[in-house]
This record gives sequence, C-alpha cells and structure tokens, in this order.
Amino acid sequence: MSMFFAAFRAEIAKLLTTRTWWILAIILFLYIGAVSGGIGALFGFFTTSEGSGMGDEAPPTEFLAPMLYGSVSTFGYVFPVLLGALAVTTEYRHQLLTPTFLATPKRGIVLGAKSLALFLFGLFYGLIGVIASVGLGAGALALFDLDTQLGDSDTWAMIGRGVLALALWAIIGVGLGALIPNQVAAIVVILAFTQFVEPTLRAVVMFADWAASLGRFLPGAASDALVGAPSLFNAGMAAGGPDPLEWWQGGLLLGTLALVLTVLGYFVSWKRDVT
Amino acid sequence: MPTGVPIEFAGITKRFGQVAAVNDLSFTVEPGRVTGFLGPNGAGKTTTLRMLLGLVAPSAGSATIGGVRYKDLPSPLGSVGSALEAASFHPGRTAHDHLAVYAKAARIDPKRVHVVLDTVGLSEHGKRRVGGYSLGMRQRLGLAFALLGDPGVLVLDEPINGLDPEGIKWIRGFLRQLANEGRTVLISSHLLSEVQQSVDEVVIIARGELVHRGPLSSLEIEGAATRVIVDSPNREALMAALAAASATFEVARAGILVSGLEPGQVGHIAFMAGVEVSSLHRQKSGLEDSFLALVGEGGSL
Repeated sequence: MSMFFAAFRAEIAKLLTTRTWWILAIILFLYIGAVSGGIGALFGFFTTSEGSGMGDEAPPTEFLAPMLYGSVSTFGYVFPVLLGALAVTTEYRHQLLTPTFLATPKRGIVLGAKSLALFLFGLFYGLIGVIASVGLGAGALALFDLDTQLGDSDTWAMIGRGVLALALWAIIGVGLGALIPNQVAAIVVILAFTQFVEPTLRAVVMFADWAASLGRFLPGAASDALVGAPSLFNAGMAAGGPDPLEWWQGGLLLGTLALVLTVLGYFVSWKRDVT
Repeated sequence: MPTGVPIEFAGITKRFGQVAAVNDLSFTVEPGRVTGFLGPNGAGKTTTLRMLLGLVAPSAGSATIGGVRYKDLPSPLGSVGSALEAASFHPGRTAHDHLAVYAKAARIDPKRVHVVLDTVGLSEHGKRRVGGYSLGMRQRLGLAFALLGDPGVLVLDEPINGLDPEGIKWIRGFLRQLANEGRTVLISSHLLSEVQQSVDEVVIIARGELVHRGPLSSLEIEGAATRVIVDSPNREALMAALAAASATFEVARAGILVSGLEPGQVGHIAFMAGVEVSSLHRQKSGLEDSFLALVGEGGSL
C-alpha cells in the first residue's frame, strides 16, 4: 500500500512538473466558455427578439440551460482523454519507463497509481469545465433575462455528474495511451474519434430507430447520458426514438470502458520488455 | 555507509525470436571492486543489465542482487543505483524535478536531490529544463539518479560516453572512491581503453556469451603471443642469420618481427653471426589487442 501511495505521489508530481496540464486546462476553459456562452447568447437573442419569427424555434429555457451546462461533457471530454493519453505516451516517447520501473518495479502498481492520479486531474478538469460552462452559460442567459435554472437542485446534481464524467474520461485516456504507445498516433486517433467519427455516427444513427438504440452505447453518448443533460445531438431527435441510457448506466459504461482499455493496455504494452 | 552485495548472473539467456542476444551467461560481480563489463556493440551488454534490473524478462536463468531479484527488493533505488541511457529525461522537466519525482516514487528523502545534484556538479543547473542540457550534463544527471538512494550497488551502462576529458578524470576517481567504500560497481563499455584505468576486474562477452573473466592483469597473459622486433643496418645479413637459426620471422616497416623467441635469444643469434643490431625489443602487446583477440573478428566498432 505504501508503494502504491508513493507511486501515486510521483505520478501527481510528474503531471505538475511539466506544462501540459495547465495549457490543456486553459484551452478547455476557453473552448467550453466560448461554446456555452456563445450558444447561450445566440438562443437568448433569438428568444427575446420579438417579431423575428425565431422565438418559437429556440429551445425552452428548462432545456437550454442544462444543455449549456452539459457542454462540459459533450465538448470538453476530449481534454481529459488527451491528458491521460499524454501521461502514458510521454513515458514511452522519452524513455521514462526506465526510471519509472526502476523506482517502482511492480508495474501494475504504477499503472493503477497513474489512473488514480489522472482521475483526480479529470475531476479538476471537470471543475474548470463547469466553471466555464455554468459561469459563461448562465451569464449569457441572465443577460437576456432568461431563467438560469441554478435554483434547481437537479441542475446541480447534473453539474456534479459532468465533473465525474470528465474524471472517467481521463482514465480512458490512460488506457488508450497504453494501447497506442506511439504519442502521435494516440493523439491522431483520439482527435479523429472524438471530433469526427463519434459525432458523425451519432448524427447518422438518428435516422433509424434500431441504429439509434445502438448509438446510445457510443462512449460520447454514454457520457452525455451520465451527465443527463439534453445534448445538441438528441436535440434534433424525433420524439418517440429510443430513450437515452439512465445516468448510472452511462456512468457504468464509461467506467467499464476505462477499466477494459487500461487492462488491455497493460497486456499490450505496459508489461513488455523496456529496451 | 551502505555496503555492497554481490551481483549474480546464473545461466541468464534472452532470445528475441530465434536469435539469442544473451546465451547462458553466468558470472558474479563482487563488492569493493570496480568491474568492467566489456564487449563490442551488440554483444548483449545492455540486454544483460536490463535483465538484472527487471526491465527485460529473461528467457531463462536468473539475475540477483545479494540473492534477491530486483523486482523483489524492498527498496529498489536504495539498494541498486543504475544509469542506463543518457536520453531518459523529459525535456520539459528540470533536473531537480526529475530527481524529485523518482525520489517520491522510491520514498527517498527529498533532501537527497540536492545532495546528489551537488555530488555530480549540477547544483547550479538544477532549476534548468533538461532539454537544454549537453550530453555530458545528461550523463551527470543520469549518475545523480543512480546515486539518489545512496545504494550499495551501482550499475552504469557506458558511463564515460559523452563526457569531456575533465569529466572522464572525475568519474574515474569517483568510481574508485565508491568501490573503496565497499560498494559493488559494475560499468559497461565497448572500449577497453576507456575503462582500463578504472577497473579491477573484467567480464568480457561477445555475441551474447562469456569469453573472459578475471582481474584486468589476466588480459596481459592471455594476449596474443609475444613477438620481438629487431633491426640492423644490414638487414640481409640479419635475415640470413635468423633463417640459418630456423627462426620464424617477417619483415615489417619498423624492422623484422620474430615470433616464438625471447629478445635475448634473438640477440644471441645476431651476435654469433656477427651482425650489428640497431634495435631489439619486445613488441608491446596492449590490453586492447588481447581484448580484440578475445572478442574476435569484426570486434570493437
């Protein structure tokens, strides 16, 4: 146990002593802030501008506010994944597994300690993302005198689940990094999947019910289900389509994905010879 | 003061597919001495050391430190310090932080970070990112990492590579001091000349197999057969005299090379034939020649 705690402290120190973590955190804040504040302001403008004919098409505020706050998961999950994957692939890229395994020869302990450290950093990223999505989203709504829903405890429970989602995504990143130790390849795969493949699939599956029921199990969809906020993807979904997963189902799916990827990564690359 | 324990390799073997990089290697490294682990590039030195440190899994056999496998040591960095390659650093991390990270992982007092940076002469550069370090500074940082836990056993892979002359002089004295304190010191090199001033014992491998083991002086005896160089203002007469005495010889630029005879015998032949001798001495058979003879053709590149 003391070996695990020592390895965990070292993993935290590794993250804090390079620049990656705060650069990604700043980009996360700016990105989520722009999305949440921007969309909030856009819909706020349509809703309040009379005679434009657009007012009827804007989503109602009890739908709009959680959608803005939930953007931390819908758009922000790529950042903890990247941090987690970088934390692993950096060890390969700079041949740091040698000193790491010399200091802690029990490799499973190192991977477990890294996952826990990334989980905590994921929580931190979740907080940063929430400050951006709620701060700027609610600010935009308030600007147009719309209800921010912040008096509702359900909203706050949803925000908490958004933080948890990002923490789980950080562990998924660790597993992906161990599965794809080549840093450039890992970054390309993550960006391609999260920014193109998954959004495309989620848009396409909306056209058929059988596909939509499968599409609920896409990781990004599971993440949105965990958060429980209406996302931009199911905003356009026809009524009567399959219900999204329950929040705990989404969380379980993400947690299982994190575990499976990390265990696979352990066998694919982590326990191999370090030459 | 930590005392050294023996390192023991017992029939250690590593096969990559069909190729045996290290084949049934057995030897012991004793404390209180500096042992040179020598062989040409590709002989299997680094693979052997990585198997000792639990980084590469052996195909057969075992390697232990004081009878314990590296993975089972209760305090790995406190028992064995090792420096394997100059590039094992994150370029964006400072030298101080680099050492502090692994001190945390190995539960070593953080004060040791300053001590070892000072020992290797990097304390003024400790707050700089390693990306800006020269090769020599990286070597010193690697050594600082090895010393972090004040270990009784030191394993250093090519520690002299990349050091400037001043650094080479310093590390030679330093390794000597560590051995005199009773520690076990194992250093690898592909050049005997690089370490022959520092080592007491040599272990020589070639193509993954042990070819020689013993004190450094044992190389002089095992070396190529001695030859005598002799020359005369009248070479023809000297060669005729040597031929008459049925000695084997060949003509070289520096004189005539006589094999199988002592200088005294060659001098006697010349004296009896009345030939004037202008030079007569034993050809110096360097340790490097013995080393090259042992590791075979196409050796040290």
